[in-house]
Amino acid sequence: MNMRTTTHRVTMALLTAAFVGIAVRGESSDASALDTKPSFAAGTTMAKLVSAGKIRVGVKFDQPGLSQKNLSGKLEGFDIEIVKLITVGLGLKESDIEWVETSSGNREPFLQQGKVDMIVASYGVNDKRKQVVSFAGPYVTNGQDVLVKKGDPTGLKDVEGLAGQKTCVMNGSEGQAAVVQFSPKADMVGFDVISKCLSALKGGSVVGVVTNTHILAGVVAKYPADFELLNKPFALGTWGIGIKHGDTAFCQFIDDQLTKAANDGAYQTAWVDTVGKGGLLFRPLPPLDPCV
Amino acid sequence: MTAAHEITTLLWLGFRTTVILSVVSGAVALALGTIAAGMRVSPVPLLRGIGAVYVALIRNTPSTLLFFFTAFILPELGVNFSYFVFAWIALSIYYGSFFCEVVRSGISSVAAGQAEAARALGLNFTMTLANVILPQAVRTVIPPLINTFIAVVRTSAIAGAFGVAELFAITNRLTNEESQSVLLILFIVALLYLAITIPISLLAGAIERKTTFAR
Repeated sequence: MNMRTTTHRVTMALLTAAFVGIAVRGESSDASALDTKPSFAAGTTMAKLVSAGKIRVGVKFDQPGLSQKNLSGKLEGFDIEIVKLITVGLGLKESDIEWVETSSGNREPFLQQGKVDMIVASYGVNDKRKQVVSFAGPYVTNGQDVLVKKGDPTGLKDVEGLAGQKTCVMNGSEGQAAVVQFSPKADMVGFDVISKCLSALKGGSVVGVVTNTHILAGVVAKYPADFELLNKPFALGTWGIGIKHGDTAFCQFIDDQLTKAANDGAYQTAWVDTVGKGGLLFRPLPPLDPCV
Repeated sequence: MTAAHEITTLLWLGFRTTVILSVVSGAVALALGTIAAGMRVSPVPLLRGIGAVYVALIRNTPSTLLFFFTAFILPELGVNFSYFVFAWIALSIYYGSFFCEVVRSGISSVAAGQAEAARALGLNFTMTLANVILPQAVRTVIPPLINTFIAVVRTSAIAGAFGVAELFAITNRLTNEESQSVLLILFIVALLYLAITIPISLLAGAIERKTTFAR
């Protein structure tokens, strides 16, 4: 009985010492982490995100070269790199980002209902959308282009050449609106995802796929032997970062992050590593729109 | 008001395509289903087997897979139609299996004495089925038939993801062009779908009242 009590006491003493040691070490490392966390004015979105320790970002999961989940479940692409450029300014690590799958139709409702903090999902800036959401950036200018089979077997020259021919677009995309405007005689076929358009193009059911130049560059980077771009962009526009309507402070913060990334080369690295591989020539960060 | 005019034109195009696709698919599916039901109750074992395999296979396959097959595999095999026709084929084959089971349950509900009396009169299997059994069977299963028709209308929305400019695909296009009124557009489209399915239900009620008989 005496032996058991002594052994018990010694064990407890050792464990307590161990716990105290870990706690002390942990506290000192927390103190150094707190020192590096950026601080923002109280009440701003940035302050809320820093104290929450995480950010919810709406992105697409199926755009090659822009934001696509690879086979191990990790998102990669140009839009994803832009998100990381911004969140680094909040002191957040990649693991603190909660990726929310977004499709073209639910970008405005997600922001209006506060389901995400920002959206980087090939989000075209236009006045109609500015009525209900705000845009930081823009972070890139691009337009629409036509993707054809490698070698251009039908001899397509430009988007007007699609008149009377089957053209694949994504339902509800800017590409669809652009075809209606620039090549109204084209026989438009709409699918919901780009992979179906690519299957149809490969099988010969459609002559060309019209969507954004960056998305198409990502496709060509992935399948260089099957497809090629016409390289005749039209319907030029810009992509912005969607945030809650009227959040000028957050808009300004994001713009500052983008400017910083443009100056220190992080923006160029993001481009070259993703859509640059599809042959898209680097263009510097466009002039930023004023935050309203 | 040209924006409103454009929206109305697009919605009308989508509405029309959905109605046409649903009607032609429903008609072919019903015909296919009735033939399959006849095969399943026929005295020939081979026909019974084919009918059973058709229903087991198609009913348990998600409709999206059938759309994939008709829209992408058939062109590879050299079959070239418009995407509307591919959607028509997929919908008809899919709901043919459901209509088969509905009609077959109607056939089972007809009293055995009817078939025996027909046999006694010298009618062969096809004549019995066409003139005696099916007319009585169909009257019994109007509600499930209408149920399946309404399912055809709802599943036609999947065709929008496979190249057909029907109502759901048009919705996606409109929510992009009028991004400030996404919820309003969705609400209007829901009303348009109801404008198709509610009259079908009312028609069903009217047919049921006219064809009901004492058992």
